[in-house]
Amino acid sequence: MDKTHSRRQVAAIKHSLFDQGYLDEQFIQLEELQDDANPNFVEEIVTLYYRDSSRLISNLDHALERNPLDFNKLDTIMHQFKGSSSSIGAKKVKAECTLFREYCRTRNGEGCRRSFQQMKKEYATLRKKLETYFQLARQAGPQETAFPPK
Amino acid sequence: MTLLSNNMDNGCFSSPRHDAFPAGLRVLVVDDDPTWLRILEKMLKKCLYEVTTCCLAIEALKKLRERKDAFDIVISDVNMPDMDGFKLLEQVGLEMDLPVIMMSVDGETSRVMKGVQHGACDYLLKPIRMKELRNIWQHVFRKRMHEARDFESHEGFEALHLMMNGSDQSDDGNLFAVEEITSIKKRKDADNKHDDKEFGDHSPSKKARVVWSVDLHQKFVKAVNQIGFDKVGPKKILDLMTVPWLTRENVASHLQKYRLYLSRLQKENDQKSSSSGIKHSDSPSKDPGSFSLLNTANNKQQNDVAIDSFSHSDGSLLFQMDAPSHEGDLKGIVSEPTTEKSRTPPISSQMSLNQPFSSLESSEASHAVFDCTIPTQYSWGEFPKGPLKEEQKTIVQLEDSFSHLPLHGTRQHIQVDQSQSNASINSNPSITKEEVAPSLDIKPLYAGYKNDYVSPMSSIGSAVDTFPNQSKSLIVNDQSSEPIFTSTLGLKTHGFDLDCISDLDFYQRNLLLGGEAASAPLEDDLNFFLLQTDWYNMNFGQQNINMSECYDPRLVGEAPSYFYDSSDYSSVDQSLFIA
Repeated sequence: MDKTHSRRQVAAIKHSLFDQGYLDEQFIQLEELQDDANPNFVEEIVTLYYRDSSRLISNLDHALERNPLDFNKLDTIMHQFKGSSSSIGAKKVKAECTLFREYCRTRNGEGCRRSFQQMKKEYATLRKKLETYFQLARQAGPQETAFPPK
Repeated sequence: MTLLSNNMDNGCFSSPRHDAFPAGLRVLVVDDDPTWLRILEKMLKKCLYEVTTCCLAIEALKKLRERKDAFDIVISDVNMPDMDGFKLLEQVGLEMDLPVIMMSVDGETSRVMKGVQHGACDYLLKPIRMKELRNIWQHVFRKRMHEARDFESHEGFEALHLMMNGSDQSDDGNLFAVEEITSIKKRKDADNKHDDKEFGDHSPSKKARVVWSVDLHQKFVKAVNQIGFDKVGPKKILDLMTVPWLTRENVASHLQKYRLYLSRLQKENDQKSSSSGIKHSDSPSKDPGSFSLLNTANNKQQNDVAIDSFSHSDGSLLFQMDAPSHEGDLKGIVSEPTTEKSRTPPISSQMSLNQPFSSLESSEASHAVFDCTIPTQYSWGEFPKGPLKEEQKTIVQLEDSFSHLPLHGTRQHIQVDQSQSNASINSNPSITKEEVAPSLDIKPLYAGYKNDYVSPMSSIGSAVDTFPNQSKSLIVNDQSSEPIFTSTLGLKTHGFDLDCISDLDFYQRNLLLGGEAASAPLEDDLNFFLLQTDWYNMNFGQQNINMSECYDPRLVGEAPSYFYDSSDYSSVDQSLFIA
């Protein structure tokens, strides 16, 4: 009973992550890669992502503190961040990256800062949801690889 | 995953691990993003490939270099901190000759284009899907097939590449490409019959993956330079390199790449360098008629050859190029004398190119420096199209007729090189190796016409084998005033041009374009020239070409102006074709 309930919860969370646009089909690809050889593959990847993205966010923070802003550098870091985010299918975060890069291109420092703040918010939200998701998934059992509702 | 049929398997991948191709494909993944690196590793493993990961480009290169033949394909990200992905791509292509796939989250067209330009066989956008990775084996397979095929007709392809790359005037280059290749291919096929046996059914199985280490590449470059770029051929390089395990096939494909690489560099250089004669800057190339008979392939092989014929005392100008088969190439020769017309006399001495030029021509010569042939100061550009067309036709006829002509029994291959930009061939012995591919009939005819003129010259040049390998076509840029050496250099794709230039300068000075220079015409040159004249008289007579009639007066009478008006030219042409 508990398991079923957990599974349903997991499914619900996943459902909402997709519905609300936090994740895209890349996440499903990751789940498909998960197998007996790597039963926790998705979580493993997401953990790698957290590590890498934290580093990049910190770099961006520092770069945005400089005066004047080095837009090329900002763009480069954000490019990396976008690539990284694409690895787990972090849709909203990716979209914010694109916006940020656009501001870099137009040398809009204020726009960059605003966009960066927004991006950090999305990132934080996603991270929290994913943590809940994985927690529940672990409780529910390994079979829980739900697919987004059609 | 689809598996190839058995014969395919065996044919292409003979090693045991490739029995279930594409399973076991050895992939090297390079990406500075640790998340993606892990994902790709997993995905590739799912495809049953053998995966090695690297997060630094430098490390990847090291891995590639130390374990030769250890990988089948490389997948690399474009943006990496230690080295630009495009650079890595180029390096791998040149050194290891492996297919490389680029990846990036950025799918901008310009980036993708850059990737393709640098040699990427594919460009994937992140996020990458499984199905995309499942298909990467086709790049490996395709490459191997091409290499096997290329090997057979590599010269044809090389010629094509050389022409395409080297020709500044893309039109011209392309004009002859097909014909050239066909003729070259035919010739090569014949030549390579025995080779074909070696290679069996063109399957790449015999070909082991060769990793072109820095050392090996150095040896290769050294051999190429020693032979002379335009004379180079895989067999020669192979012989010089003395690497026992290396096959001609390996060298051939590497040579192809090297040429592409150099031509790219050359293009940049060309753009910077003035038309100092290196290029046939003038334009003639634009003319439909002007085509460069680049027998690149021929040249390569024949450059060496050409020269011996020169010494015919019977006046046959021919240098025989042993060029494979160009019996019918007389044409070039025939017409040449005529064109020389007035110029020839004074020029002859210079033209005699015998010595000086031969060295020049050894170079890529394929660009037959026609300039010589265009005695009439005709800059190609000026040449009216109309008459040209006629000429072309007639040239064809001429060719035909010539082909029947014994021509002293020698085959003359005239290389008509477009580079001659402005016909002022006159004294240009731009004789870049002359070889005229038989197929050049049509178009080249026109050019051939010029070539004809030139070729004797060039042949002379080429005839002189005394020259060192660097065959530099004596192409002098016609930009300089009339006595222009056609600079086939432009056609050459590589940096040998520079070498040639100095030679050209030398010759130019010595060339009597206007009859002045003469300062140094070598005795040989003079003789040559005389020979030529004789040849005109004699040969043409023999050949029923009343060229001598037509041209002699001109040759003699005209003031040493190297240009004759178009009307003269046309008539000359026509007379040429009478035969």
